[in-house]
Amino acid sequence: MAPTGQVIEVTGVATGLLRQGKGKPVLFIHGANGVGAWLPFFENLSQNYDLLIPDHPGFGRSDDPSWIRSVPDIAFFYLDMLEQLDLRDVHLVGTSMGGWIASEMAIRNDRRIASLTMVGPAGIRVKGEPFGDIFMWSPEEATRNIFLNQEIADRLLSVKPTEEQLDVMMKNRFAVTKYGWQPRMYNPDLEKWLHRVKVPTFIGWGREDKIVPSSYAARWKQRIPHARVTVYDNCGHLPHIEASDALFADVKTFIDGVAA
Amino acid sequence: MKFVLFHLMPYRNLDFVEAKKYRSAWTVLPNSLYDPAKGAEDYAAYIEQLVSGERLGFDVIAVNEHHQTAYGLMPAPNLIASALIQRTKHTKIGVFGRALPLVNNPLTIAEEFAMLDNISRGRLIVGFVRGIGSEYHTSGINPAFSHERFHEAHDLIVKSWTQPGPFAFEGEHFTLNYANLWPRPFQSPHPKIWIPSQGSAETIHWAAAPERKYPFVVTFSTAEAVERYLKVYRSEAENFGYEVSSDQLGWAAPIYVADTDEQAYEEARGPLESLFNDYLPMPWEMLIPPGYSSLASSKALAKVRTGLGTERQTLEQLVAKGTAIIGSPKTVRERIEQMRDKTGLGNMVCLLQFGTLNDELTNRNIERFAAEVMPHLQDRAPARKDAVPA
Repeated sequence: MAPTGQVIEVTGVATGLLRQGKGKPVLFIHGANGVGAWLPFFENLSQNYDLLIPDHPGFGRSDDPSWIRSVPDIAFFYLDMLEQLDLRDVHLVGTSMGGWIASEMAIRNDRRIASLTMVGPAGIRVKGEPFGDIFMWSPEEATRNIFLNQEIADRLLSVKPTEEQLDVMMKNRFAVTKYGWQPRMYNPDLEKWLHRVKVPTFIGWGREDKIVPSSYAARWKQRIPHARVTVYDNCGHLPHIEASDALFADVKTFIDGVAA
Repeated sequence: MKFVLFHLMPYRNLDFVEAKKYRSAWTVLPNSLYDPAKGAEDYAAYIEQLVSGERLGFDVIAVNEHHQTAYGLMPAPNLIASALIQRTKHTKIGVFGRALPLVNNPLTIAEEFAMLDNISRGRLIVGFVRGIGSEYHTSGINPAFSHERFHEAHDLIVKSWTQPGPFAFEGEHFTLNYANLWPRPFQSPHPKIWIPSQGSAETIHWAAAPERKYPFVVTFSTAEAVERYLKVYRSEAENFGYEVSSDQLGWAAPIYVADTDEQAYEEARGPLESLFNDYLPMPWEMLIPPGYSSLASSKALAKVRTGLGTERQTLEQLVAKGTAIIGSPKTVRERIEQMRDKTGLGNMVCLLQFGTLNDELTNRNIERFAAEVMPHLQDRAPARKDAVPA
């Protein structure tokens, strides 16, 4: 069951947070569309770990302070949060934009980070292989392009969002624009520092990802040679929804295998 | 009233069947559909049309800026303005406007305008705009910072025109150690600044502030919206403690004049409907990228969630709503008079070529308008007692 949301203050920023479970701390770092519904993937994580799912500054129930203007800012913000909550040996699990944020944290300061899991991460740009243009697509196109399995898209599109959900969707879209419009969902100064990622790293990708092509996995592997990479067949941009069980099993094996 | 002969310079030879295969005539329409031979003819004809405005008595001839679209072939409007300056002697030259947030060094805009002002010996009027939504896709500029960049660029440009240089400019988006314009503008303190806009409360409030009093031009809107926005400007001025002058209030609309209403409808129908249904349409995602409008106004707009021109509009609908003014000289005169009497309107920005309208009809339209509509309205105080003449 979904935990009751709370709002905590981090570095002066009111921050929405879902927290549930016991065990090793796992920080789930959401993607461009925000946290959304309580997913089986979250339920599974929370039954095995102390799961924390914050709303990034500007997203969901979090404030949108004007001084947080970039993904590196968000990375420092979350490093502050780890210190403030005195979380140690934290396992980062970031999808899409969240994978980008996780990598920006890991290159800056990994003292409190035990491992890094990135699923279909944005953040670097391979020339000649552009991302899908999430800002040009209509909501329906975006939903259809996010998933390979169109039954999932059909199901999502058949549900009319509530007023409250529409407000959050709009807020999230403003936030992702602020952080990712230009350069488009990447930081030109990230890739050259990825050798600083020393913690155990797992990279998951949907083979049919139309947002961040799965061909990017090779570049990440090149920059973080110790990373374990798994590409999921018959899966689009969100393996934590479309290949939820397989991804969870791999993430659990990976996290449990990391020496404490 | 003052009259502006305004041009968008559309690419008329567009293959509309092919163009409809794309989501818009903006940004994503392949430029393989542009034929330079045809485009060059359009440029030549359009420049002649604008130049004729001086002979025919228009107060201002004006151009504007748009990017990567068949809707308008003026990504660099100052180039056209420069040509117009060479071909005219007295008429004012309007650039309505430059999109300030889209450039990475706004000082280049200040410099170019200062050059045009010198070359024309003080005939320049400039417009400051934010560019339309699709231009944040084409320029890559982040729409989340559109308002910040607009205001910062504005401050830099005006400062560079009015304060002795060199000075350092320290902004969030633009930082320069040396701002020192050579040449300074010809006009003192600087060319008049107009604000053409689709209308937003924030923009009107800002433009009407006493330290600016920038003339506001409502573009491509229904008569009801034009009336509303101009009234908002008037009441903003009152709240600031001054009475609005008619030369602060403008309206931009497509206009077509012929002998009779019937003839005007017949001749304008295809071209007008092409403007609104073929050249202008773009989906919501291109029109209102996130951050381009405030969160509050985006929410309101999202409820209707119409892009621009997503539903086909007929000439009759456009005329009924007052977006376009089409008819006999008497009809057209009366429509403008009505708006003037209701709002104190002082600047009529006339789009006399629109969509596919050919040269013959365009030239006839411009001449008719100048001869049979303009003289009745030009340079007269608006009927409103409380409106101050220019």
